[in-house]
Amino acid sequence: MAHGKSYHVSLQLEYNFMERDMNMKTNGVFKELFQNRTLLLMFLPVAVLLFLFSYLPLAGLVIAFKDFDFSKGIFGSDWMNPLFDNFDYLFSSDSAFRAVRNTILLNAVFIVVGLIFEVGLALMLNEIRNKYFKRVTQSLTFLPFFISWIVVGVFAYNLLNFESGAVNRILESFGMSPIDFYSEASLWPLILTIAIRWKVTGYGTIIYLAALTSIDNSYYEAASIDGANRWQQIRYISIPMLRPTIIILTLLAVGRIMNADFGMFYAMVGDASLLFPTTDVIDTFVYRSLRKSGDIGMASAAGFLQSIIAFVLVIGSNYAARKIDKDSAIF
Amino acid sequence: MPGKKNSLSQWIIIVLISLFSVSCLLPFIMVISGSLSTEQDIVQHGYSLFPKTVTFDSYKILFLGSNRIVDAYGISIFVTVVGTALSLFVTAMGGYVMARRSFKYRNILSVYVIITMLFNGGLVPWYIICVRYLDLKDTLWALILPMLANAFNMFLIRNFMLSIPEDLHESAKMDGAGEFTIFYRLICPLALPVLATVGLFVSLNYWNDWFLGLMFVDKQELQPLQLLLRTLVSNVEFLRSSSNAAAMQRISAQIPSESMKMALTVVTIGPIVFLYPFVQRFFVKGLMVGAVKG
Repeated sequence: MAHGKSYHVSLQLEYNFMERDMNMKTNGVFKELFQNRTLLLMFLPVAVLLFLFSYLPLAGLVIAFKDFDFSKGIFGSDWMNPLFDNFDYLFSSDSAFRAVRNTILLNAVFIVVGLIFEVGLALMLNEIRNKYFKRVTQSLTFLPFFISWIVVGVFAYNLLNFESGAVNRILESFGMSPIDFYSEASLWPLILTIAIRWKVTGYGTIIYLAALTSIDNSYYEAASIDGANRWQQIRYISIPMLRPTIIILTLLAVGRIMNADFGMFYAMVGDASLLFPTTDVIDTFVYRSLRKSGDIGMASAAGFLQSIIAFVLVIGSNYAARKIDKDSAIF
Repeated sequence: MPGKKNSLSQWIIIVLISLFSVSCLLPFIMVISGSLSTEQDIVQHGYSLFPKTVTFDSYKILFLGSNRIVDAYGISIFVTVVGTALSLFVTAMGGYVMARRSFKYRNILSVYVIITMLFNGGLVPWYIICVRYLDLKDTLWALILPMLANAFNMFLIRNFMLSIPEDLHESAKMDGAGEFTIFYRLICPLALPVLATVGLFVSLNYWNDWFLGLMFVDKQELQPLQLLLRTLVSNVEFLRSSSNAAAMQRISAQIPSESMKMALTVVTIGPIVFLYPFVQRFFVKGLMVGAVKG
């Protein structure tokens, strides 16, 4: 779905409309709506689309409490008896617990490693004085962002497959025995971390690089007059100036910690069930329960919990981001 | 300014960045090389950076042997073109309405849109709504409609349009232009930078999308390119059972399954890699627009 979730956009509303509203009479509402009927008509397509693909599924969350019958639909199906039966079933499943654990742990690793790589690369690129070199390397590192996870999955297969993978060929040429990566679950947290870094580091760097180039040069000049070397300038000027951006992007990422990147997991791991102990996440678990095993009760209960926790986390992280920098929160 | 110590660290930085940049490029070269290699070379020597013997057999089979791949290409192009055009049209209109200062209730509409960014019903209800209530299973619309209205893009457009002076509206209104005319003739041309960026993001998403296909399209003749690539990678038998197996045999006695996977990969990413040098700066700019508030 929306892959490259981009960064903080200010979506602040202007609240002054409330005041003006007070002065108007109620029948003014209809007059106002009628006068702006062209505008309302222009908004209609997105309003309908969002209603169908966002609001209806929200209402559909009740399915977690239903004994779903396809012919009766979400709202016509009978309530579960007892109501929380789907959840009891979910909580008694080891693989559900495993999926939750994997989602949080892997996302936590991705966030930390991602931060180090993205800030690191931005700081390094900022030190490069050769414009041509900077432009070419930036283009190259940004390139993987543009291809789908399916294609990255093919790349990974080229490198890792047992018979003809490049990594195993290299291992063999050093006299080591080849590794069957697709049955070695313990290696996959590392492989996935490398894959995600390979794909989005260049993209993530852009925002930090923008923040770095907006730092007033006079700070650096003053520092170098005081005898600070480049390392000290990075340590005491660049990094502190990046701090708000770092904190906000990290907070927003933490807000999404319950949501795994389905595309990555599905394209890289797919149906290789030997790898599930370390790679099965909530999103792939729900997908399998829904589409493969047809266990809609379990899938909807897991999805319900994920939605609720994700909502709390998003609100919480946004609240925190707003405290730190009013303009950076999403709302 | 740079002393001796500095230039050493400069060199370390240059080496590190170069290594990372090259590692970003290598897999692409490996795939291209694999697609040009003979099956024997891959089986015997594995994937390498340069093909030992160059052959175009896998591409020939891809385009002559199997019309399913040509069909998938057509579907991907159709979905990308139609999806991008429609999405840009409706989100630009939505963003415009949310940016109309004279419209008193525009903030209520903004809240309506923001809520969709915060609450998420999750996969199961979404899937059931699409399949049971909207009847999208095995249709082309399933690949287009669910991604059409994107709240984030709408706000990107709205924020940009908010920076266009209100006076322009007033004078156009004075001249008797209606809202749609103002939007289409006046505001859209002015908002071209943000529309170009959003359009590129949207088209990239449509071209790269396989999730919707995975969810809704079981019929193979409706599968987009990306999904076909996955089918091919996970199931080589697919090619042998394909409709034109006989035509394939004529080109090459043994179907080169490994190099065909690579060839299909090259064909899938071809348009992106080809256009990348020209559109890259729009993406960078777009990210900046998103970062710096409009």
